[in-house]
Amino acid sequence: MMLGAFQYERPASLDEALRQAAAVPGARWLAGGMSLLPLMKMELADPPALVDLAGVADLVGVQEDGGALRVGAMTRHAELAEHPLVARHAPLLAAAASQVGDPQVRHRGTIGGSLAHADPAADLPAAVLALDATIEVASPRGRREIPAKDFFLGPLMTALEPDDVIVAVVVPQRGAHRQAYHKRPHPASGYAVVGIAASVLREADRVASAAIAVTGVASHAFRARRAEELLTGQVMTDALLAEVASVVASGQEVWGDLYASADYRRHLAGLTTRQVLERLWDDR
Amino acid sequence: MSTDGGAAHAAPLMGQSVPRREDARLLTGHGHYTADVNRPGQLYAVMLRSPHAHARLRAVRTDAARQVPGVAAIYTGAQLAGRIAPIPTAWIPPGSELALTDHPALADTTVRYVGDGVAMVVAESLAAARQARALIDVDYEPLGAVTSVAEAMDPDAPRVHEGVAGNVALHWRAGSDPAAVERALQDAEVRVRETIRQQRLIPNPMEPRAAVAEFDAADEALTLWVTSQNPHIHRLLVAGVLGLAEHRVRIIAQDVGGGFGSKIACYPDEVLVAFAARDLGRPVKWVEDRREHFTATTHGRDHVDEVVLAGRRDGTLTALAVRTQANLGAYLSTAAPGVPTILFGLIANGPYDIPVAATEVYGVYTHTTPVDAYRGAGRPEATFLIERLVDRFAHEIGMDPVEVRRKNLVRADRFPYTNAFGITYDSGRYEEALDRALEHLDVGAFRREQADAARQGRLVGLGVSTYVEMCGLGPSEVAGAVGFQGGLWEHALVRVLPTGKVMVMTGISPHGQGEETTFAQVVADRLGCAMQDIEVLHGDTQLVSMGWGTYGSRSTAVGGGALSVALDRVVDKARKIAAHVLEADVADVALEAGRFAVRGVPDRAVSFADVAQKAHLAWSLPEGVEPGLEAEASYNPSNFTYPFGTHLAVVEVDPDTGETTLQRYLAVDDCGPRINPMIVDGQVRGGIVQGIGQALWEGAAYDAQGQLLTGSLMDYALPKARWLPPIETDFTETPAPHNPLGVKGVGETGTIAATPTIVNAVMDALGSLGIHHLDMPLTPERVWRAIQDARAAAPLGAAGAGEGGGMRS
Repeated sequence: MMLGAFQYERPASLDEALRQAAAVPGARWLAGGMSLLPLMKMELADPPALVDLAGVADLVGVQEDGGALRVGAMTRHAELAEHPLVARHAPLLAAAASQVGDPQVRHRGTIGGSLAHADPAADLPAAVLALDATIEVASPRGRREIPAKDFFLGPLMTALEPDDVIVAVVVPQRGAHRQAYHKRPHPASGYAVVGIAASVLREADRVASAAIAVTGVASHAFRARRAEELLTGQVMTDALLAEVASVVASGQEVWGDLYASADYRRHLAGLTTRQVLERLWDDR
Repeated sequence: MSTDGGAAHAAPLMGQSVPRREDARLLTGHGHYTADVNRPGQLYAVMLRSPHAHARLRAVRTDAARQVPGVAAIYTGAQLAGRIAPIPTAWIPPGSELALTDHPALADTTVRYVGDGVAMVVAESLAAARQARALIDVDYEPLGAVTSVAEAMDPDAPRVHEGVAGNVALHWRAGSDPAAVERALQDAEVRVRETIRQQRLIPNPMEPRAAVAEFDAADEALTLWVTSQNPHIHRLLVAGVLGLAEHRVRIIAQDVGGGFGSKIACYPDEVLVAFAARDLGRPVKWVEDRREHFTATTHGRDHVDEVVLAGRRDGTLTALAVRTQANLGAYLSTAAPGVPTILFGLIANGPYDIPVAATEVYGVYTHTTPVDAYRGAGRPEATFLIERLVDRFAHEIGMDPVEVRRKNLVRADRFPYTNAFGITYDSGRYEEALDRALEHLDVGAFRREQADAARQGRLVGLGVSTYVEMCGLGPSEVAGAVGFQGGLWEHALVRVLPTGKVMVMTGISPHGQGEETTFAQVVADRLGCAMQDIEVLHGDTQLVSMGWGTYGSRSTAVGGGALSVALDRVVDKARKIAAHVLEADVADVALEAGRFAVRGVPDRAVSFADVAQKAHLAWSLPEGVEPGLEAEASYNPSNFTYPFGTHLAVVEVDPDTGETTLQRYLAVDDCGPRINPMIVDGQVRGGIVQGIGQALWEGAAYDAQGQLLTGSLMDYALPKARWLPPIETDFTETPAPHNPLGVKGVGETGTIAATPTIVNAVMDALGSLGIHHLDMPLTPERVWRAIQDARAAAPLGAAGAGEGGGMRS
């Protein structure tokens, strides 16, 4: 496996990056390269140019910004996993980041790269969905914001235009919510066979609000709306959890593969959701 | 002239965990692997491989590809027809009705598996070669493919090779007379039968295959650096295929990054690279990539075994019948026919004294990657089926599996023991290994914990496997009798230099097993010199006189045997010289701790190094003694070696997910005396992990069209360290009485024992649900489905495990 020839740019600013990408039709952003480079080595992608965002300092780091965290698109998974602000305000994001790939991947791969690639079994899409994050995007036409719920469209398909680049991910601070990400990894790839991201606000015995996002199960990560509706405002009981588990993947075209059939994935999605909710409910 | 003398050491190094001397080199990037070899002016080769499992080649058009700047040559099968002999099969078991077929180095008219070679591009750079490969236009006419033995043996199935009816490559029988087997089965009080599927595995050494070839036209001489477990076998086969004189072929395999059997075979690739180097007059380099490795390098296992085991209600086993269909892939790889026959069928009774036993094997061609030796090669398959059936038998008669084993193990006073297939186990104390294992794990206490766990809805299981392996391959007369097209003896040369330093040239070809260290330990003890004064050299046919390589757990048993005999000869000669120097009778002179001394007069002594110097100076040697100090030996073992042991595992199965968690793994092995316990321990642990891999995670899968669905490390699950429990190891020590060092071999034992141990443990955990056998790998879904089905079938409330995960609100 080796790479073919391509042009390589390493801009120092976002403006320069946008200019360089615009200059070569078909140019791709390099945002860690943990998925793009393997595709190129397998001759499944053959971009004429890579614009490496690693030198754009503005795109790295985590800051508090009003009631939200602003996470630079080029922030590496390893940094997210250990960042104190993320741990305090969006522990779900830290948990998901800590389970991406292996240590090497976590030190190269970035949140922007992972979201833009939109692997159907990646971890971070579930995290940003469950956290109601907003994805900030720049292009030669200017800047815009895409809510996470509108971002993932299909396998490796997102709401990004070809010349868009993710600048940051804005995550609402939800310190009061109980958050968790639980993944059942594929034994070879490490990607989620099922990944459940949940953020739940408990008020006494009731669920004040619940957000549940699922990855690995369908063509893209999704919010389990029916399950959330069942939970909201209700007293947590065994019966409720069982019902919630049964509808986690409802309305989805659940996929199967050699390792886990659609039936089994559907079962795991329900079971895992139930286990995550039980654990969150008893926390603290 | 002075020597620093071999610093004598007091304590013997045999039995010491001396750190591996090869590690500093290998772990700091200073190894010399084939991919590290670069020759001046070299070209780069890439292979174009078939994307179809079965297709006729209507045309292979290379015109456009040849236009790519830097392309030196493009070879196709049609061009090479008649210029390269077929890739050989080197094991032809007698009576196997072997349907040998041509295996062209590049497919000429038909491709027979995904990965079959179609063309080779040779270019000035790898990039140019790849670019040109993409431009080769192949017109394939896809044909129907068969991937499983069941499909392939259907009379109407597509044929892999014209003229091979039913795709049957071989049909072989061994053991008791079929009528006697039938009678014994009929007469038995109890019979258990099972269909055992042993899925196809894909060996994945850290280093993929590679070859660099350089041809000297003036001398008609080929030098081939190649990832080989057996350079001298490669010399023989490559010379034959290319029509070169054997003495003008040099094979170098200095450092090899693991093989597990997959680097025994002579592959088309290295032959093609050598051909191109000769044809183009420039060195040619080829390095396999990992994805290519998945289809182009031999696979392992892939059996369907119909097994019947019979016995009495008191637990005595009386008869065994095995009928096997072994998938051999599209071509018969170098050793392939011997693996599911000789290395499998002759030891199907395992360590048990079963008076009547027979195996019948069909080897079958399919449109898949050729199958050949993989760590254990035949013996894991044999062990798996008998170990599963013994558990089924124990369950059938309501006896603990440990007790059934104890009752049937060949007793220590029965050795040498000849089994129903006519092979003779050299030595063993099987029950002692079992008892040792049980000292570490109290089965009674476990059964109580298991019952407690069951009441909480938890599924916990204990697996046991008692095994014996036939290895240390082997007596050359037997090699001949079973159709192996080579000898299985081994060669060693011990050369003592004038300064007393020692060079050892061995015909084995270690590629991770650590013989550079263990052989030096043997030499150091015998000659009394220091480790740093000894160099162990291997892996170069120009350096090493002869050898048959490393596989079949033979290196220390057979290669060490040769070394031991050669050392005896060196010492004999040195002692004569020492006696001459000391003016003593040879019979009165003994070598101890690096010094020859006259018995009873310890002051009258001469160091080994001084003797070496005097041997080389030859100023004054005894009558009839030649100058110099070296000796060689060819050791042809009188029998195989038979290591054995008992492995135990404790697992827990999550009834909600079907996932198996390993809680304990305990291995008691007996490989005879351990030269280096640390290295032995490493071999055992590595082997166990590979065996667990088959039980739980690994498995190649093809779709109906013959596409490999598990063609990368993203799909094919190799074991990960974090899934493994701490592995506890212990050893008993029963020497091989016929071996000069008493050693038996340990490279494959872990793999052989671990697979049934784990599957037996999982089945024990599921036994309360009425589940007694599942196919491997025991993936969570497979186990979960079995639990679902068992619960659906069981009367309400009867299933052993309740709903898992206590609920809270």
